[in-house]
Amino acid sequence: MLWIAWKMLIGNRVKYLGIVFGVVFAALLIAQQASTFCGLMLLTISQIRDAAGPDIWVMDRKVQFVDDIKPLSDTELFRVKGVPGVEWAVRFFKGIARARLEEGSYEQVILLGLDDATLVGAPQGIFMGSIADLRKPDAVIIDDAGYKRIWPGEPYRIGRTFEMNDHRAVLVGITTASRTFQSFPIIYTRYSQAVRFAPPERKVLSFVLAEPAAGVPSAEVCRRIEAQTGLQALTHDQFIWKTIDYYLAKTGIPVNFGITVFLGFLVGTAIAGQTFYLFTVENIRQFGALKAMGTSNWTILLMVLSQAVQVGVVGYGIGVGLAALFGLSTRGLVRLAFYMPWQVLAITAAAVFAIVLLASLLSIRRVLVVDPAIVFRG
Amino acid sequence: MQKPESSDAAATGDLAVRVRGVTKEFGSGGSLTRALRGVDLDVPYGEMLMLVGPSGCGKTTLVSIVAGTLQPTAGEVTVLGLDLVAMGNGRKVRFRRDNVGFVFQAFNLLPALSAAENAAVPLLIAGWRRADAIEVASEILETLGLGDRLTNLPSELSGGQQQRVAIARALVHEPRILVCDEPTSALDAENGRITMELIERIAVQPGRAVIVVTHDARVYSFADRIASMEDGRIVSIEAGPHNSTDAAVPR
Repeated sequence: MLWIAWKMLIGNRVKYLGIVFGVVFAALLIAQQASTFCGLMLLTISQIRDAAGPDIWVMDRKVQFVDDIKPLSDTELFRVKGVPGVEWAVRFFKGIARARLEEGSYEQVILLGLDDATLVGAPQGIFMGSIADLRKPDAVIIDDAGYKRIWPGEPYRIGRTFEMNDHRAVLVGITTASRTFQSFPIIYTRYSQAVRFAPPERKVLSFVLAEPAAGVPSAEVCRRIEAQTGLQALTHDQFIWKTIDYYLAKTGIPVNFGITVFLGFLVGTAIAGQTFYLFTVENIRQFGALKAMGTSNWTILLMVLSQAVQVGVVGYGIGVGLAALFGLSTRGLVRLAFYMPWQVLAITAAAVFAIVLLASLLSIRRVLVVDPAIVFRG
Repeated sequence: MQKPESSDAAATGDLAVRVRGVTKEFGSGGSLTRALRGVDLDVPYGEMLMLVGPSGCGKTTLVSIVAGTLQPTAGEVTVLGLDLVAMGNGRKVRFRRDNVGFVFQAFNLLPALSAAENAAVPLLIAGWRRADAIEVASEILETLGLGDRLTNLPSELSGGQQQRVAIARALVHEPRILVCDEPTSALDAENGRITMELIERIAVQPGRAVIVVTHDARVYSFADRIASMEDGRIVSIEAGPHNSTDAAVPR
C-alpha cells in the first residue's frame, strides 16, 4: 500500500513538485543560514584554533572572549610557570596596530607576538619564506588574505617593508591563516618586536600560553593556575566555547539568524502544508475508494505519513545539497563565512521532519474522517 | 488472501442480503433528513437486483448500508449471514475487504496507477505481493478484453475501458457481494450494454449476489428483480427479464 501512496504522490507532478519545493526552500534556508552562522562563529575563534600547540590559555579574570584583551603584567608569566603541573609557559601578544605602507596609506592589522625563544603559536601554513626568518631583525610574516588586501593584484614578494608605530617591519614570509571576524590582515612577529609595533601601554602581555606536564589533565592545571595566581585559565576548547558563548549571548547575531531560520521554517511549512493538503483533498475520493474497498484507517495513516516522509527526504536532500553547493561556489568568489558541520545537517533534518509532520497533520485528519460512502456520491 | 469471514455463516441461508426495518437519518433537529424510512429487502444468492428510483429516494444510502460503508440509524442488516449493525468498525473494514466488490459511477480509478495496477488494488489491500496481484489482475483484464491496455493509465483509456478496469478491480478478489453504483451512467449505450453483460457473465454466479443502483432504463433487462424506491421506501419489487416467471413482489 505504501507503494500505492508513492505512486499517488508522484503521479500528480505539479502538486508533488509544489510540496517538494516548500521543503527544499525551508531546508535550503535553514541549512544555508545555520552554516553561515557557524561560519561566523568559526571566524571568532580562528586565532585560538590557529595557535596550535599549547593547551592552556591564561588571561585576566575579566576577559570574555579572544579579542577582549586586558593586558597582564609581564611578571604573571613567571607566576604561571611556578604553578605545579605546568610543563612550560610562554608569552603571547595580541593587539591591533596601524601599518603605514610604502606609498603612505594606512591599514589596520591584527598583531600577534610570539615568544622570542620558542615561537610557540606560530602559523602552520607558511608557503613563502620560513618561520625561522622571524628571528631576523624587524621580521614579520603576513597572512595570505592580508597580503592581498594590502597589496591587491600584486604578486607575492618577501622583502617588502612598511612601518608600525614608527618602527620598520620587513616581510619575511607569507602564510595561510583562518579568517578573523574583523577580516584585518594578520601580522606575526616576535613578542619583543610586537610590543614595539603596538601603541605603548603600561601592561602589554595579552595571554600566557602554557602546557600541562605529562599525566596532569589540562583542566586540573587550569584549576591550579586560577587558585594560585588569581588569573583566568582555560583549556583550548574552553576558550573556544567561552568566545562563542560571548557572541551568542552578547550580540544580536544568533537572534538575527534565528529569525531567518524561523521564517524559513514557517514559509516552508506553509507552502508544503497547503500544497500537501490540496493534494490530499484532490485525492480524497481515491482515499475514500480505498477505504470502501477495505483499507483500514491505520493503513491510510501510514500511506499519508509515507508520502510526507518521501517528500521530506527528497526536499531535505535537495535543500541541503543546494546549501552545500552554495557554500562551495561562494567560497572562491566572495569571502563569505560558511561552515556546515554535521550538527547543521541534523538540525535541518529535524526541522524538515517537523515541517512534513505539521504539513501532513491536516491531511491526515482529512483522510481519517472521510466517509468511505463518499465514493457513492456523484 | 485471508479467508472471508462470512464463509461459514453464508452457508446457513439462501439470502445474501437481508434488510429489515432499516432507517437512516442525517443531521438533527430542524435539519433532520430521513433518507430511509423502514426498508425491508431480501437478495438471494445468484441474483442481480436493481435499485431504481428518482434522485434522492435513498438508493445510494441503502446500498452504502448493505456494502458496510454506512451505519443505519435503526433496523437489521444481515449480509452473508453476518450482522453488519452489530459489527465493529475494524471488522466491517475486513468484511468489505474480503467480501464486497465495488463498481462506482465515477470509476474512482487511481490516476497514477496503470490498468493492471488499478485492478490489483483489492489484492494489495488484502496483503498480496505486488507482482502476484498484478499478474492475477492482468489475467482478469485479458478476459475483459483489455489485454493490450494493461500498462495504460486511466487517462489513456476510454470511458468504457475505464469501467471495465473498475469491474476487474471489483471482481479480482472474488467478492461474494458486488455493489454497482450507476455503472453505466457515464457510458454510451454500446459500452453500457457491454459493461452489464460483463457484470452478468462474471459476477452473477451461485454464491454471489449483485446489487445495481441505476437510473438507466436501458439496462433493466439484465435484472433478475427490480426494486423501485421512493422517498426512502421500497415501493415495489418486480421480476426482471431474467426472472420473468415471478410475479411482482411489492413490499
